[in-house]
Parts: sequence; structure tokens; C-alpha cells
Amino acid sequence: MTDRIAEPWGARTPYGRGERWPERVDSYLVDGVTPESVDHWVQSAAVLHSNGDGLDIAVTDGRMVGVRGRAIDRVNHGRLDTKDLFGWQANASPDRLTEPLVREDGELVPADWDTAMDRFVERSKSLLSEHGPGSIGFYTSGQLFLEEYYTLAMIARAGIGTNHLDGNTRLCTATAGEALKESFGCDGQPGSYTDVDHADVIASFGHNVAETQPVLWMRMLDRLAGPNPPAIVCVDPRPTPVARHATVHLAPLPGTNVALMNALLYEIIRNDWVDHEYIASHAVGFDELSARVGDYPPERAASICDVAADDIRHAARLLGTADALLSTVLQGFYQSHQATAAAVQVNNLHIVRGMLGRPGCGVLQMNGQPTAQNTRECGADGDLPGFRNWANDSHVAELAKLWNVEMGQIPHYGPPTHAMQMFRYAEQGSLQMLWVSATNPAVSLPELARARSILGQDRLFLVVQDIFRTETAELADVVLPAAAWGEKTGTFTNADRTVHLSEKAVDPPGTARPDLEIFLDYARRMDFRDKDGRPLPPWDDAESAFDAWTKCSAGRPCDYTGLSHDKLRDHSGIQWPCNAEHPDGTERLYAGGRFSAQPDYCESYGKDLVTGAPLEPTEYRAMNPDGKAVIKAAEYLPPHEPPSPAMPFVLNTGRTLYHLHTRTKTGRAPQLRDAAPEVWVELAKADASRLGVHEGDLVEVRTPRGAVTAAARITGIRNGVVFIPFHYGYWDLASADGHHRAANELTITDWDPVSKQPLFKTAAAQVMLVRPGSGAAPAPTTTASAPISSGVPDTVGGPAATAVELRLHGAT
Amino acid sequence: MKLALALRELHRSERGLAVKLDAVAARHQGDHAIRHVATDLTGWSRNHVDEIATVGRHYGLHLRWRPHVAALSAPLQQRLSELVGRRQEPALVLLADLRRVYQLAAGVSVDWELLAQGAQAAKDERLLQLSQRCHPETLRQMRWANAMLKELAPQTLTS
Repeated sequence: MTDRIAEPWGARTPYGRGERWPERVDSYLVDGVTPESVDHWVQSAAVLHSNGDGLDIAVTDGRMVGVRGRAIDRVNHGRLDTKDLFGWQANASPDRLTEPLVREDGELVPADWDTAMDRFVERSKSLLSEHGPGSIGFYTSGQLFLEEYYTLAMIARAGIGTNHLDGNTRLCTATAGEALKESFGCDGQPGSYTDVDHADVIASFGHNVAETQPVLWMRMLDRLAGPNPPAIVCVDPRPTPVARHATVHLAPLPGTNVALMNALLYEIIRNDWVDHEYIASHAVGFDELSARVGDYPPERAASICDVAADDIRHAARLLGTADALLSTVLQGFYQSHQATAAAVQVNNLHIVRGMLGRPGCGVLQMNGQPTAQNTRECGADGDLPGFRNWANDSHVAELAKLWNVEMGQIPHYGPPTHAMQMFRYAEQGSLQMLWVSATNPAVSLPELARARSILGQDRLFLVVQDIFRTETAELADVVLPAAAWGEKTGTFTNADRTVHLSEKAVDPPGTARPDLEIFLDYARRMDFRDKDGRPLPPWDDAESAFDAWTKCSAGRPCDYTGLSHDKLRDHSGIQWPCNAEHPDGTERLYAGGRFSAQPDYCESYGKDLVTGAPLEPTEYRAMNPDGKAVIKAAEYLPPHEPPSPAMPFVLNTGRTLYHLHTRTKTGRAPQLRDAAPEVWVELAKADASRLGVHEGDLVEVRTPRGAVTAAARITGIRNGVVFIPFHYGYWDLASADGHHRAANELTITDWDPVSKQPLFKTAAAQVMLVRPGSGAAPAPTTTASAPISSGVPDTVGGPAATAVELRLHGAT
Repeated sequence: MKLALALRELHRSERGLAVKLDAVAARHQGDHAIRHVATDLTGWSRNHVDEIATVGRHYGLHLRWRPHVAALSAPLQQRLSELVGRRQEPALVLLADLRRVYQLAAGVSVDWELLAQGAQAAKDERLLQLSQRCHPETLRQMRWANAMLKELAPQTLTS
């Protein structure tokens, strides 16, 4: 038995290089329930992060009573993240949305489904006829199921015919997808989690894997505890658990990643740790990279990034001499200045070293959310379904044929509208209806005062579909109660292309309905039809939607034709592509240097890494006629809001292990809520001393956009950086009280020109002492927010947070 | 030799582009993609102006180094853009501005072309290298304006 709040990663099961990761089955059942007394176990996978850990939901008397990891699952070998052990309890929260709400005289009042849907459909129809499809937009999630995204994509693109469909994945994973498209012509994760078993060097670029994918970190910790452990290279301004285990820890000033990456590549090329044969056969663009990084010797990068040049050389030596290098990348790159340009340099590292498509040689351009990969595949995030290329007419024609609609009905005259641009259109009034599903932009968007003013406009008809009455729902004209995970059936795909089935375990509360049902109900009421007058979408449940999707994916890189709900029920996680040729799935993409980058096949022709302007098809064809990997170089540009004497800090926002997003679920699970109950601010010791701030003192962090007040935690974060977790909004406060809690009150509206991902890691801020505190800050001590001073009580969960960890040789 | 003439003309047109980009950044504060990228691209043109002025000395030119390239009206434009942030008219102004950026950048591009041709004929390595360094960035500025027009026009012209 382990207190999994106090020990989030549980006990070690060490293993050596090339060995199989041992099983450890984690489970948590509510008091009084034993495994034997559970009525039935329902197959599913984790939805509180992107790792895709296979689990079973315990059901007794029609209620969820616990969870247990699936030992046979390829992803987690039985282990569960702390959030998944306890987070499921939120499903039974008394404040779930159980009936639709509509706005009457300024108030949200209960209504039946017909009233709510008719109001919504009536508005859609009148907007369509008076203002055209450009007046309607959809903002979805990284939390729904594959079947739901595909349905939504068809409704938006073929039903309404609007270009305005994107997901909150724009905030978390857009750069991952874009970086892969730039380097390999197409989205699709090259590596596999099993690369951890084989790597001799693991490099994490802006990726605090210990907190964002704790089970993947358990795998790395078990390698570190075993024989022949890998060396770890960590790039992160915070003292994360990864940094603490690192052989080399580089803590650059936020916003300088491109300069750092260029210096690492400079060293690798200068020392000729380069696979020239691989490059000659499988890549284009090496000469340009070689010339570009020539401007970035370690000394120059050291002065830009404020890290030691020798540390850069040391890291480059590890990366350059590894015989199996695994790199992982996340928000420290994706949500920072020059996001795509920096993430692409990690791909370049693997291309120049010829380290792709072999055991241990992988790139993992990660994502944060459980089903973000499906948002990308299904075309619900600003791409066309099946990784089709909007700029390639034959791809659009193929989709129109599959859907049996006119090609002109599917907008492809420009790139699909990204979320930040949709909000701009809403701000200007040309987008007049927005349907938000399973996300909470009123807390998660940057510059919240602006976000609220856009979402709260009378002239914007806002529909919110969610499981709780979120901050965004409060601004809605129609609120639709949705079924949560465990209350509906569907599939989703994790960050290493592993597809899981998640079955319905219990009924949703009240009249709440599965998102798929709501989308289909809307489509029927709108009476969308194909060319032959048949209803659009032509499916009517999750399984038929999945089967339709497999046809859409046929022949594309994300080929699902070998998968079905039944097959996924018999297994525990299968990686796409899965088809007749690869019936058991595919562990790694790009084996033998074969890419999906052929001009006629690729998902994207690529973009200018500074301006974001797309390449014309002819330019791409001339540059890469044979569909090789594309090495793209980028110059460093200073961030758009650098620190100044008045605003001397760089604001960094991010997450903690115990919460997801805006805590809609994790804040309603007592163990998780209590582990990190309130917002805090992290400061470096030297900065705190200068400001006269001690552990627990109340400080104000201010930017040109707003101010947040919170208790200070003094940590080993690098000097000049102030960190605030972004989870804390206003739903669990009696009043918003001037809006001084959410980190996004402070963030800047700026996005990467290539991936259009907003930047949450580079804004200038000032910090002031408000008043002395009376105890330690409410920040976890187990994670990157660990205090440097003694006397802070340890974060523990006690008996309520005790979970079982069953190993082969018995329970612990 | 009329290479000096070509340089002088380039200095003028590149400076005009820098001023325009700076004005566009100021005028479209609420369009953050425009505002931030236009600021970055102004930097490219400013560098070009400096390089042209530096090289110009070898050709008897006294071109202003670091001339004033900020749009004089920038503070006013910024304030205005905040006031009209909720209206649709600025979207149309943005299309007109991007169209002008494209035209100006095309003019600069032609000037670089002329300089490069002349430099080759005169076997002037210095001018050829200058053109090879700067001209690709001008082309990227043009492509950016064109791409943004393509992206924004459908919504603006149909709403």
C-alpha cells in the first residue's frame, strides 16, 4: 500500500536496457469495496493526461467504485497516475450538469432538450441564410472521443461548410503536429514509449514528464534504477523531477530555445557526430542548417540563454555520442516563443544523427490531453480528416467523394481557421455563433479579461457543452449537459499512437447525453444531407462512426482499417497504422528512412518558420520531390515582450502533477484537491531575497494585462523567472473578486506564427510583496514546486489516498 | 556605373517598406499575428537599410544609417486600433494594408534583382553578397503579406 499523493510515482520496479518493463498493477477502490465484491470491471484508459494508460473501471450497484490498471496494456503495464487513481470520483459530483440550460432575461434557467436544441438550431439556420457559414464556429477539445471529433468535423466542414473548427488542442499540441509536418511532411508520432526501454540517452526538451505523463516517468525511473541506466538531458527553467535526475540540466531564459538548439546542433555538426550517409539518402536541407547554426557557437547561445557554454557542450556531447537517443518535447517549447522553430530543431537533431525508426531512437513530440491526437487525425483542429492536405485539391476531392458532397462544400480556399483567429473574428463581430464542447476558454485562453469580454458579448450566441457549469458555461446562451468518460463508449489515441477502447460503465446523470448523440441530434435537426439526399453524417452510434472513420483513414498515414471496437475490446492498446499489412499495429514510424512526405501524399507543404507563410505546392515539389525528411533551419528572434526594468521577470505558467486543466474534474476529487488546493507563485531564492519575500508570503504578480495575488513558494527555479500554475479559475470561489487568481489574467496574446499556438511561457512581469504570510504556500512539496527551505510540511494524502501496487512477487 | 543609383533607390524603397510595416504593426494591435510578425519583419527591413547605407559609402553615397523608420503616427494608430477593436471596418483596412505591404515588398524585391544583375555584370562581389543576404528576406516578407491576405480575405469579404 502506498500513499500516492505523497509518492506519486510509487515503488520502483528496476529493469535494464533492452529488457521488458516489469508489471505493477495499481488500483484504488473506495472504502468497503474489495476486488471480489466488484460487480464488473469495464475496459477503458486514462483521460487525465495524454499517456493512454489502460485501466478498468470497477462498477458496483451501477456506480463507479474504483479503478485498476491493466497489466497487459502495452503503455502502462498496470500502472496508474495519481490523477487517474482518484479523479474518476468527480463523475459522481453532486454539481454535475443534469439538464440543459437556456438564457432567459439574462439568467440561465433549466429547459428540456427540445427547447435548448431548437433555440440553437433556429439560430444556426438564420445565421446560415443571412450571413453564411463564416458566421458559425466550433471550438472543441482534446477530451472527447475519436468518433465525436470525426462527427464534428463532418458537421462543420460538410454540413455547415465553415472553415472555423478548431480544438483547445491549439493551446497544447498544435506545435507538436506542426513540427512533425515541417520535418516529415505529415503529422504522426515517430517514436514509441518502448524507446525508453532501449535508449542510452533520454533528452527532455521543455517536458516535465514526471508531472505531465507520470507513468511514462515511472518507466524512465525504473530504467534509472536498473543496470545500465540512460543519461538524462533536461532543458527546463524549473527544478523538475526530471532536472533532479539529469546528467546535464540546462535552464535557459524562457523564449530562447531556438538559440540553445542551434548551439547544440552547432556542436554536433562541428564535432561531426553526423550520419552523412543517412542524410544523403533520406533528407534535404542539411547545408542550410549547417550554415545557419554556424552563427550560434555555444558562447553566443550562452549569452542569449544565460546558461554556461560548457553545459551546452556537455549536453551536445551526450546527444551527439548517444547510440540510441530518445527525445521528448512539450510545452516548454510548444508554448514558448518560436515554438515550431525550436521543436523542429529537435527533429533535426534526430535526422542529422540518423536516429529514427529504430528501437531507442525516437522523437516523441508529446501532447498534453488524452485525446488530442484524435482531434488532429479527425480534422477537428484545423486540418482535414485523415491528415489530408487542404492545399492539395486531390485530397479534398477524395474527402468529398467519401462524404458524397460537392467539393466546393468543404472549405479549402485557405488554411482552416485557428482558434485565436476565431476569437478575433468573434471580437470583431463577423463570427456570431460559437459552439464550445468540453473545454473552458474563459480560464484557459491567454489574456482572460479580453477572453471574457469576447465570450460575454450579447451579439455572440454561445453554446457550451460540458459536464460541469464551468466559467465558460456561465457566459453561455445555451448549456448542454454531456455524459463524461465512463458514461459513454468510444475510442481514443495517446501520444504514441496507441488506440484504446473506452466502454460505458455507468449511466450519465439526469438527462445528460453523450457528446456524439448531441452532435448527431444537431445534424438531424439541421437536416444535413449528402448529394443523394441521405442524412449526413450517415452513422448513428459510436461503433458505426468508428467504422466510417476507418474508411476515411484508409491509405493515409493514420490507417485504422485493421481496427474495430471488437478488436480493441480483445486487446489492450494497439498502435496505428494498423491495417492488413500491419494487423498488430506499428511500433515506430519511418523505419528505414521512409517518410510520408511525397508531394502528392504529404499533409502539408510546410511553412516559413518565422513568418508562418505556407509554401506553395510548386515550391515544395521543387525542394523535396522524393518525399525525404526536411531539415529546416531557423534564426533566433528575441521574444516580443522581453523583461524590462519595470517588468523584470519572465512569467511562466504550467501545471502540477495533481491537476488537469481548470480542475473541472481534479478539483472535485478530494485527494487531488487537497494536494494542491490553491494557486501559488514560484520564485527563485535570490529574487525572493531581493524582494524581501519569504516562503508563504503573499505576493502580487503583475503584467500589463492584470494581476494575480498568491502565496510565494521559494524554489530552485532559475533566477528571473516567476511561475504560476494555470489550473485555478473561479468556479470554486464564492466570488471572482476582481479576477486575481487565474494565471491567464497575466498572459500575453501572442502566438507562434507557424503552429498558431498561444505563448504561455514568455511575458514580462513584476512581482511585489503584499504582506507576510502565516505559513507555507499551498504548493506540493513532491514536484517541481518543492521548497528549498526546510520546515515546509510534506504533501501527503493519508489513508484516503492509499492505493495498492501489486507486483509479481506480491503486494507492497 | 549606375550601381550607386540602384543602391540609392533600394535604400529609399526598403526604408518605405520598413515604415509601412511599422505602421501596420501599430495600426492592428488587436490582430496579434499581424502586430507581432509585422514587428519582426520591420526588423529585417531596418537591417537591410543599415547594410545598404554601410555599403553605400564605398560608392560615394552618404545614405542615412539608422534613419527614422518608425511610423510617425504609431502612437495615434495604436490608440485608434484599441478604440475600434470591436468593429469590423479595421478588418477591411487590414486587407488594404497587407495589399500595400505586398506591393512595396514586390518593389523592393525588384530593386534587389536589379542590383544583383548589375553587380554580376560588374563582377562586384560585395554588392552581389549583399543582395544574396537580403533579397531572400524580402521575398519572405512578400509571401507573408500574400499568405495573410489569403487567410483573412474570405471572412472579411463575406461578413
